[in-house]
Amino acid sequence: MLRFIAGRLLQAIPVLFAVVTITFFLVRAAPGGPFDDEKAVVPEVRAALEAQYQLDQPLHRQYFSYLGDLLRGDLGPSFKYPGRSVNEIIAAGFPVTAELGIYAILVAIMIGGVAGVTAALRPNTLQDYLPMSAAMIGICMPAFLLGPLLLLIFGVKLEWLPVSGWGQLSGDKLLPSLTLGTAYAAYIARLSRGGMLDVMTQDYIRTARAKGLPEHIVVVKHGLRAGFIPVVAFLGPAFAGILSGSFVIETVFQIHGLGRFYVQAAFNRDYTLIMGCTLFLSVLIILFNLLSDIVAAWMNPRLRAQVGGGRRK
Amino acid sequence: MSQSLTLEKYEKGTSLWTDAWVRLKKNHLAITGLVFLIVLALLCLFAPLLTPYGYEEQNIALGASGPSLQHWLGTDTFGRDLLSRILYGGRVSLAVGLVATAVSLIIGVTYGAIAGYVGGRVDAVMMRFVDIVYALPFMIFVVLLMVVFGRNLILLFLAIGAVEWLTMARIVRGQVQTLRQQEFVEAAIAMGLSNWTIIRKHLIPNSLGPVIVYTTLTIPSVMLFEAFLSFLGLGIQPPQSSWGVLISYGVETMEEYPWLLIFPGLLLSITLFALNFLGDGLRDALDVRSSKD
Amino acid sequence: MSLLDVNDLSVYFHTRDGVIKAVENVSFSVDQGETLAIVGESGSGKSVACYSLLGLIPMPPGKIESGTAMFENDDLLKASTDKLRAVRGDDICMVFQDPMTCLNPYMTIGKQLIEPLVYKRCYTKEKAKERVIELLQEVGIRNPASNFDAWPHEFSGGMRQRAMIAMALISEPKLLIADEPTTALDVTIQKQILELVVNLQKRRNIGVIFISHDLAVVRSLADQVVVMESGQIVERGTTEALFNAPQHPYTQKLLAAIPSGAKNVESRAEEKTLVEVTGLTTSFYDRSTHQPFKAVDSASFALKKGEILGLVGESGSGKSTLGRSILNLVQSESGSVKYRGQEISGLSAKQMRPYRKHMQMIFQDPYSSLNPRMTIFDTLAEPLKLQGLKSRTEIIDAVFEIMDDVGLKRSYVRKYPHEFSGGQRQRIAIGRAVATKPEFIVADEPVSALDVTIQKQILDLLLELVEKHDLSMLFISHDLAVVRAVCDRVLVMNAGRILEEGETEALWASPKDAYTKTLLSASHVLV
Repeated sequence: MLRFIAGRLLQAIPVLFAVVTITFFLVRAAPGGPFDDEKAVVPEVRAALEAQYQLDQPLHRQYFSYLGDLLRGDLGPSFKYPGRSVNEIIAAGFPVTAELGIYAILVAIMIGGVAGVTAALRPNTLQDYLPMSAAMIGICMPAFLLGPLLLLIFGVKLEWLPVSGWGQLSGDKLLPSLTLGTAYAAYIARLSRGGMLDVMTQDYIRTARAKGLPEHIVVVKHGLRAGFIPVVAFLGPAFAGILSGSFVIETVFQIHGLGRFYVQAAFNRDYTLIMGCTLFLSVLIILFNLLSDIVAAWMNPRLRAQVGGGRRK
Repeated sequence: MSQSLTLEKYEKGTSLWTDAWVRLKKNHLAITGLVFLIVLALLCLFAPLLTPYGYEEQNIALGASGPSLQHWLGTDTFGRDLLSRILYGGRVSLAVGLVATAVSLIIGVTYGAIAGYVGGRVDAVMMRFVDIVYALPFMIFVVLLMVVFGRNLILLFLAIGAVEWLTMARIVRGQVQTLRQQEFVEAAIAMGLSNWTIIRKHLIPNSLGPVIVYTTLTIPSVMLFEAFLSFLGLGIQPPQSSWGVLISYGVETMEEYPWLLIFPGLLLSITLFALNFLGDGLRDALDVRSSKD
Repeated sequence: MSLLDVNDLSVYFHTRDGVIKAVENVSFSVDQGETLAIVGESGSGKSVACYSLLGLIPMPPGKIESGTAMFENDDLLKASTDKLRAVRGDDICMVFQDPMTCLNPYMTIGKQLIEPLVYKRCYTKEKAKERVIELLQEVGIRNPASNFDAWPHEFSGGMRQRAMIAMALISEPKLLIADEPTTALDVTIQKQILELVVNLQKRRNIGVIFISHDLAVVRSLADQVVVMESGQIVERGTTEALFNAPQHPYTQKLLAAIPSGAKNVESRAEEKTLVEVTGLTTSFYDRSTHQPFKAVDSASFALKKGEILGLVGESGSGKSTLGRSILNLVQSESGSVKYRGQEISGLSAKQMRPYRKHMQMIFQDPYSSLNPRMTIFDTLAEPLKLQGLKSRTEIIDAVFEIMDDVGLKRSYVRKYPHEFSGGQRQRIAIGRAVATKPEFIVADEPVSALDVTIQKQILDLLLELVEKHDLSMLFISHDLAVVRAVCDRVLVMNAGRILEEGETEALWASPKDAYTKTLLSASHVLV
């Protein structure tokens, strides 16, 4: 097991390296710099600012200097918010985004999982059509459409829930989490339905029934183990999607999370903040993918041995 | 004497494609979706001929107004006819969907077919590359790309297509690998057919199924992505508009003029519905488990 | 009174293509301590009849149209779901055909086996575990205590089936229904499992319903036999009576189709050697152990012109790999293969091409050996076009000639494989193989996937074609009876090595190698 993890982490290093390098050069290739649209600045002051942020150095010097800082864990100062370092900004914004993301994934797994499994148990009946239609809606209504709509209905017209903020007013975490989670609940519903349908037609389910086991044992103990594997494997990409979805949700609901900062930074050409966020998010995505791969492999006894979690012989 | 007549008198069997088409026709949802898409595509294509107003035609005096006889879907804050803007926007959104999907299709199928057919080390290296690229946080890169190089339509196509080809490559490779194990491919090799003929006559026709299904399901995903970018202000730039742009304008004024959000949003959702139902229907119809008794 | 008394059972399937009468007016009964065999080919309804007794067929398309099944004063067919569930796994237990798919791969053996005790008899987990370990011992699984925690994929085929049997017997049922329990197993293992079932039955005095397509297997353990065809019972009787004096034409046909005895066609072997194999070795890389292993280990033999040489072995013996290595469909590691004195083993694909038309292969699985998107015409025309046949007239004529040769009606020429039965598809595959008028054919288990009556037809066809087209054949099979009826000489293979070689009858009469002896004694032969 440790070997597997170590191996995957090692594989992750070239990926991270690629991320850093590509982002670095990509961002600097953009026309315009971070100080372009400041109020008209006297050239000497501009030059001084650039020197301070090392922008006057040749590109490769800047690159290696940045790498050096990285190894020390220093993501550099923000260009746009003087006096604040990138580390600070991330530390401030991330917990919010993380909480939003966790609630969203929980919503997705619980609603999606239950909907999909229920649908699979009685295919082609109402018990199937209802949840799956709802799931289809979740897939076809993007978050940036669903969010505002829900806001309109529940926030403005009915005034049941607050329209913005996170953690300031009671109930303000409900709409954003629900909106973000819904699309993924839809995918998970479809995946779990597909997985369960596949499993329930397998021969070993017939064996379990032939043993006279109560139906709920057949479904839960025998069926879910295999049926849920596609869902677990999907969690990695789902997480990546939720992170990028947070950009939109935070914009619509005015939440001060990392996503919002990121989009702002992209517009403002705040190089270090862009780099820092990109790196941070990438590391998270890679870790999460690794986790989901491990769990999915663990759930399959044949692979479990390969991954190293099997019994000692 | 025309020899082709010699065989015509024998009854033609039903090919698997015919079987699939029959099955698809029975799926009312899928067919409804297909019809809707065709109608929509035609409407958008002939938009310049159909719409009484140009999509840029402003009517400041009128300002934003709700649905009426002159403007079936209402107008926006500049008095522009919403219906026309939606139809024109549809052209952009659909075009992006189709072109980007086509890009991912071409790259993905070629890549996957080669990896799957050649196998061995070549396959291992190619798929390792895919794994690494897959792990890169693409959304983030595309966002960056759009910021960096401005909102260039061609770039948009390429960027989106470049994200989607990975999964297509994986699917095609999986299909080709399974097919290679089938005995009829071995028989073709035993017969002495050239590699190219085997790919052309045996592998491709039998891989088309999942490719078609996945392509149909990629289009909505691409359209969503474009709408997402446009919503963030990174996609299509004015004066052109896509449904994503219309929706983002709509969100800004949704409290006072909700129809500006609802109509484009509805149309986007329904189009996505239709594409998904069609894709699901195709998947069910093409599920070739009927070739085994 | 009988243990189980089934009367006038009819089960229909209401599909969107029409009503399928899977079982029609079937009646049979089983007593305590008695074994009833239900025999039939695929589609006869034998499995559906038994599954419907326990409510195990999917009921939306399936429906029990009529009949009663009295078990201990209850009619199973009219019982409630709860009552059925109580009977299943307790009074009536089932063993299925393919233990790999019928055991839950995601649960350990032990966890699956204790379930009937824990959920139905309210045993504690510890007590149930004890009981399971006892039973694993009884069915012959070594180290039962440590194997309790094993995963199904870690067991061999034979062990898995023993575990399935243990799982069925753990609740001390009164009736055991075994659906083709030995079909998926190797011949030597089959014998062991059959002996196990017989012993267990005697010891516990239970009733057994044994479903099979294999009459030879059934003869050795059934008291009563019922023969089914197309959903109906065509004959019934005691085993001896049925085998000695079958009444119904279908039964007679079934018995006659079983290959028995020596080949009754003259050997056409000449002195000249057509294919010579020396020291051929083919290795594969085993991903689970990270080791290379030799699928074919230094095989050497000579095939003479005109002869049908049998290659016999169980699954995993390497016989298929050997066949494919000879034709260069699989890259061999070392050794030589000479065709008419020319070395072909190291040739590249391009260099092989001129040889291809002289040597062809017939594959085992009629469902995957034909391209589902090509009509018969396309499939048969393909090798002809490769030959250089250009004009459409010539091609059409040649295609019809082949179809006549293999016994396919010309009117089928534009149909697709999925519209045909297994036997017909195999004819198409054979047609494709002889299209280029080859000299040498490797037939890899050509009849193993077919029903017994169809087998006979295809074997007759092959013998006919060998005669007509002056073919030489390497006939690969695990079925000794089939090999005996068709081959002039036989090679016996195990674990990649050729252990023995000889004229068929001589080998049968006095095998020298220990493995050959085991193989021969395990295979059932109807004399």
